[in-house]
Amino acid sequence: MKYLHEYRQRQSIEKISAEIARITTRPWTIMEVCGGQTHAIVKYGLQQFLPQQVELVHGPGCPVCVTSLEIIDKAIAIAARPEVIFCSFGDMLRVPGSERDLLAVKAGGGDIRTVYSPLHAVELAQQNPDREVVFFAIGFETTAPANAMAAFLARKKGLRNLSLLVSHFLVPPAIESICSAADSRVQGFLAAGHVCAIMGYEQYPPLASKYRVPIVVTGFEPLDILEGVMMCLRQLEQGCCSVENQYARAVERRGNIPAQEMLEQVFDIAAQTWRGVGTIGASGLRLRPEFAAFDAEKKFSLDISPQIDSSGCISGQIMQGQKKPCDCPHFGQRCRPEQPLGAPMVSSEGACAAYYRYSRQVTADEH
Amino acid sequence: MNIECPLSTDTGEVVRLGHGSGGELSQKLLRDYVYPHFDNPWIAQAHDSATVPVKNDRVVFTTDSFVITPLFFPGGDIGKLAVYGTVNDLAMSGARPLYLSCSLILEEGLPMATLARVMSSMGEAAAETGMQLVTGDTKVVERGKGDGLYINTAGIGTIEHPMAIEPRQIQPEDLILLSGDIGRHGMAVMARREGLEFDGPLRSDCAPLHGAVEDLLNAGIAVHCLRDLTRGGLATALVELAESADKKFIVRETVIPVCEPVKGACEILGLDPLYVANEGRFVAFVPAEQAELALAVLARNPVSVGSRIIGAVARGNRPGVILQNALGCERLVARLPGEQLPRIC
Amino acid sequence: MCLGIPGRVEEILNSAPLERSARVSFGGISKEINLAYVPEARVGDYVIVHVGFAISRVREEEAQRVFRYLEEIGELGDLG
Repeated sequence: MKYLHEYRQRQSIEKISAEIARITTRPWTIMEVCGGQTHAIVKYGLQQFLPQQVELVHGPGCPVCVTSLEIIDKAIAIAARPEVIFCSFGDMLRVPGSERDLLAVKAGGGDIRTVYSPLHAVELAQQNPDREVVFFAIGFETTAPANAMAAFLARKKGLRNLSLLVSHFLVPPAIESICSAADSRVQGFLAAGHVCAIMGYEQYPPLASKYRVPIVVTGFEPLDILEGVMMCLRQLEQGCCSVENQYARAVERRGNIPAQEMLEQVFDIAAQTWRGVGTIGASGLRLRPEFAAFDAEKKFSLDISPQIDSSGCISGQIMQGQKKPCDCPHFGQRCRPEQPLGAPMVSSEGACAAYYRYSRQVTADEH
Repeated sequence: MNIECPLSTDTGEVVRLGHGSGGELSQKLLRDYVYPHFDNPWIAQAHDSATVPVKNDRVVFTTDSFVITPLFFPGGDIGKLAVYGTVNDLAMSGARPLYLSCSLILEEGLPMATLARVMSSMGEAAAETGMQLVTGDTKVVERGKGDGLYINTAGIGTIEHPMAIEPRQIQPEDLILLSGDIGRHGMAVMARREGLEFDGPLRSDCAPLHGAVEDLLNAGIAVHCLRDLTRGGLATALVELAESADKKFIVRETVIPVCEPVKGACEILGLDPLYVANEGRFVAFVPAEQAELALAVLARNPVSVGSRIIGAVARGNRPGVILQNALGCERLVARLPGEQLPRIC
Repeated sequence: MCLGIPGRVEEILNSAPLERSARVSFGGISKEINLAYVPEARVGDYVIVHVGFAISRVREEEAQRVFRYLEEIGELGDLG
């Protein structure tokens, strides 16, 4: 497949790897923000192409991992209602709520459908006028325009039986939160390429200069990620802290204007609670008042109060780059993909699941 | 006393509860839809059980149930699967498949035309594989309590060679052969649900494997173990075998064939082809010195024409499957925690 | 968060502004994809697709940049 396979060739990877080794003189810690990148790093074993001094830590960019317990409990309560067809992206189904997950609701008779696109939920609402279709609108800036379109089309088509349970997150405030932590170890960032395909990267220069961190907008294939690391290291070695764009084939400075316009029409920016991390101001999206009729939280009266996550999961520390999955006492013991304590062990983008799936070999052979 | 039922016994076009009653409707269903496709002296006995001749004391016995949506998919249907699945389970012990049972669970309201298509397909598959369908059963469940049609089959075969083909026979340095490209069945089925269109015809790999196995045995290959790939795909089959054999396998990802449409579909849905279902592929563990001969034999059979060596059994004590990727890195292959869900974000 | 896959726009299926869609091919498989956010995309262009929506058009010139860079460092390595 064009634009994929050429970025997965061993020869190119080895060349970049040699260049990285050549320019690196000191230890550095770089965070890849996006869970998709974490998945690729662990799946392809990219750490093996980096000098030992270069450590990659994994960021909070997995929407499944950061969606709050309260929202998941709401999803579970809604999905269990007999009149509801609950539509969700696949990975979300296994994330544990306070008591159970969506798959358990499905097993108990809930009508839960896995959808590939929010447009599928719109179609389901049209096909089932006597049912309430609820779409679990999760994601970062990349997914938000698609979800916004579902709300927009629902209003345009006058669909009264479609609503969205919204759990949207914005990346720049999370980066700022990580940078401003007193104990932050992160010296440079790989920003998520597909988030920037939508939003552009004009929000990043102020962060880069305020916290003196290089930020490189980076793609998702092995060659992209290593090139992003190389660009970041080059800046670090030279004492620079600017914003660069490794993923220029898909990302323009200003991003995708029609998509941003749709976001503005449908969503307002609001404070958001990140599971394991806490509440970060202006880091989420909620439906604008004009779309209140399509807000599942308003449509269904739910008596769900915020829960304390008492599982022992240290996802917050992991997603802020303070700890790695293998530093967690529960990793691979009490917490496994088939019985996760927290979301990072569920999603294939979650750092813990990625480690469990792809890199146990390293630890196993060390024993 | 003989009371005539005022209701017509005409079957109409759909399955009714009465078809499972054991009465006249049941008989009619067997007469019209089942017997025409399976003509042999044992089913003709129409007894509670079939008495069948077996000229061997190494008898292999297996059973499998088939539940699939949609019932018809490109390259096959539930009827073919129900025969091939059981034939393949027998073949994986190196057995010659002989006799088959068929238990139908029909949902009230199933169009008779659908049943007719499935039974005709089963009949063809049985004839093609030399299986005699000798006994069976039919039940009807109320509408809404089934998925149209479920089939259970059981099969009996005999082993006509002196070898034991099983995981415990896997030896260090055996080579691992894969009989063709992977992921076709799972993707052909999933594509419909996800609204994917294939540019060319992507058909399920659904096929009987006993012929290919027989060819290997006739060529004198000392086959140590065989396993057909079904749900869970190649990865799950290898992990299970490594655990039962208590051996370590090293497999090269770059030599595992995956056709372009399956690759493309896996990319968009965020799936790993190693875990996608197959219905006509198998792995064979053979001594290294016989691997080339085995490949040549397999290449002559259409079901295994794309066979390759994908890896080897390593010396070493830690059981597991290690995958070497295109970049030369190694990772441990794990079982899936549950069903593979499309990864979207 | 961002499973985005490049595909080639093969045929425009619907040209209503919000529901503009095309058949997009991903190497042997194709799917109807919403093009509302890439109004500039034409048949033959590659687009990055996420949850059924094209989110950007791939710029070929930029896609080649890294390979030119690799050639350059390769040549430097040969000289050295």
